[in-house]
Amino acid sequence: MNENSCCGTKNSVGPTGLQIQPFSSKQADDEVCCGTPAGPPSSPYEKPGYQIVRFVDGFMDMDSGLVPKVNTHLSLFDIAGSIMTRVGVNRNRYKISPGLYGIGNPTPDSPVLVTANYKLSFDTVRKELSGINAWLLVLDTHGINVWCAAGKGTFGTQELVKQVEASGLKQIVNHRKLVVPQLGATGISAHQVKKQCEFKVIWGPVRAADIGEFLNHDMKASVGMRRVTFSLPERLVLIPVEIYIGFKPVLLTMFLLFLLSGIGSDFFSFKNAWERGLIGISSLVGGVIAGAVLTPVFLQNLPGRAFSIKGAVAGIVTAIVVVLWYWKDTIWLETIGLMLFVITISSYLAMNFTGSTPFTSPTGVEKEMRKAIPLQAFALIVAAISWIGAGFL
Amino acid sequence: MKDFRYLEGVATLVLNEEKCIGCGECEIVCPHGVFILDNKKAAVIDKDGCMECGACALNCPVSAIEVTPGVGCAAYIIQTWVKRKDSTACGGGAVCC
Repeated sequence: MNENSCCGTKNSVGPTGLQIQPFSSKQADDEVCCGTPAGPPSSPYEKPGYQIVRFVDGFMDMDSGLVPKVNTHLSLFDIAGSIMTRVGVNRNRYKISPGLYGIGNPTPDSPVLVTANYKLSFDTVRKELSGINAWLLVLDTHGINVWCAAGKGTFGTQELVKQVEASGLKQIVNHRKLVVPQLGATGISAHQVKKQCEFKVIWGPVRAADIGEFLNHDMKASVGMRRVTFSLPERLVLIPVEIYIGFKPVLLTMFLLFLLSGIGSDFFSFKNAWERGLIGISSLVGGVIAGAVLTPVFLQNLPGRAFSIKGAVAGIVTAIVVVLWYWKDTIWLETIGLMLFVITISSYLAMNFTGSTPFTSPTGVEKEMRKAIPLQAFALIVAAISWIGAGFL
Repeated sequence: MKDFRYLEGVATLVLNEEKCIGCGECEIVCPHGVFILDNKKAAVIDKDGCMECGACALNCPVSAIEVTPGVGCAAYIIQTWVKRKDSTACGGGAVCC
């Protein structure tokens, strides 16, 4: 090996043990040798075993330690991550390190905003803080959003007090106020926080998009900022996850449909399993579309208060389409089976959508379920009997 | 939320007006405008709008509000029927949030 080639040059070790770069400030632009030119050197803030995340631009040296400075621009990397999470991929691990972050050039007078360590929440907040100097205190909610984490108590009084102490916030700011998103009130008790760490909780707006206006208006929220909404876009973003979560049970049901469709007077017919199975699978897809897509989209227009009823109505419409589509390929008993199957799947999935809405009470959901589930189970059994029975006719 | 209504007459919300000191915290934290501060006393003006999130009760400094808080999520409730309550996970394997 040629000792003089660019990579072959021995790095001399200086007296302090530090590696001294070879005397060549220029990149190796002459030869290919090590492939592409080297990237920038490591940042002095890097530590073994740690990695500086992409949204951190630098660090502020405070008495209590280093505080990372966060940029407010969402990169393609952040947007791709959000899309993946919305679809359901890697959703349970999409989180950032809890603790204190700086936005812009925060001073001891700057407001302190509290959020969750779900990266989607964090990104939404920092994007809205563009041009604002603030501190962002991120609680460890195990990667869950503020509303859901507050319901579980991880976005809670104890965790908030813990992060206030751990970050040394009292030495960093000269006020004693924390802006907590209003939907965190399910987990955080303002008077308890005040008692335990002297900080007064100011309830911020429900939506991150209103933070700028809220801060500009002396931390006063309008009535509109205080109310949850469930608009069409807010409902649409929830649909992919509903489908992603339902994917495994749907695959299993497809397999069962092939099995059931093959049973008949010939004991088991692969031809029937395939042909009738495909009809069954189309109905299943119809039921999923009715319950997990049509019901959320037309939530306001579908009749009934109970979600199982809304889902059943969307299911009836879809079932009619499915039945007409296969009119020539099916007999009357199969028609009954298909109708009941589509309606039941839709009703059940619609009922599960209650968990994604911000207005259904647990007492109400339980009441609805106690009535709906026995009916759904009965309908499903009748559907299965009709479908299998038709194989013998 | 006026444009979305769920089942009526089910909410477990109870306000003890005698205990109320009129701090107005419940009116602020409720995301559905269930409370209003009237004459230095809180009043429930839309009980059927309540989703039982429990924010008001947790933030009432004199414990004048009672509600059975929980998650209005069918998948979660099914889990509580099947498993023990402390081993249920909202968002983990199941749906919701």
